[in-house]
Amino acid sequence: MTTINELKIGECLDEITLSPVTRLDLIKYAGASGDYNPIHTIDEEAEKAGLPGVIAHGMWTMGNLAKLFTPFYEEAFIEDYSIRFKGMVFLNDVITLQAELRDSGEEKMNFKVKASNQEGQQVIKGSVVLRRWPQS
Amino acid sequence: MLTHAIGKRSNKVKNLVERGAVKKFAEAIGDLHPIFVCEETGKQSRFKQNIAPPTFPRVFDYGIIEELNLPEKGLIHGEQIYHYERPLHVGEDVHCYCEVKNYYERRGKSGEMGFLLLKRYGEDLEGNLLFTEEQVVIITETVRREMMV
Repeated sequence: MTTINELKIGECLDEITLSPVTRLDLIKYAGASGDYNPIHTIDEEAEKAGLPGVIAHGMWTMGNLAKLFTPFYEEAFIEDYSIRFKGMVFLNDVITLQAELRDSGEEKMNFKVKASNQEGQQVIKGSVVLRRWPQS
Repeated sequence: MLTHAIGKRSNKVKNLVERGAVKKFAEAIGDLHPIFVCEETGKQSRFKQNIAPPTFPRVFDYGIIEELNLPEKGLIHGEQIYHYERPLHVGEDVHCYCEVKNYYERRGKSGEMGFLLLKRYGEDLEGNLLFTEEQVVIITETVRREMMV
């Protein structure tokens, strides 16, 4: 899809399935974001916290999900982006990113967004409001 | 436990939307789109420059709230809400600060949980709001006990 204006209510943006999560993905995100909480990178620390293994930063998943909208920056920008963190993402999980148009007006478009794992469980969910640029 | 911190704010800290940091961040979320990293694409765009991804404000320094002493470990991120007036431009300065919006406790499955609502702000140098970031942090009973020691 090259333009977001053609999208109809109930339709989805092209979904993206990420490569299986690797430790290096999480180490890179820790470095890029400055979030060095060791439960995201070091197994022993994750286990001490009662987890079966390291988990992805919730913000890593939220950051990834936003890229569904990046191609449309000339038409509209993300005005509101709300996420509830529902489930944990572990190494080797395969995450799929989805956005469905729920409502559309002259100024704004409302999307329901979510990321799910290979079991179909939602790991994050929420909404994105795109604001269209004024026509010039 | 943290109710005394409600309403407290940090001092403003000047942050730069730095080109290298934006590239590193875009790469880390698998979104190396030219609008974030290619100068030519930025110049040709409606922004006349590159922009930063919406969750980039994660990297900013929001200052310190003296009354808020949170442990490094054991916090759970419950919700995250961004609001933007416009995308952030690569190379611009942003004044950032943080405020404790609310704190309350609720009894849940794993005991008494604390819910901390933090709101972070980014303004341009003239004081116009660029974005806000609201965060719900959940503090479990175990962590709450450690904090009270």
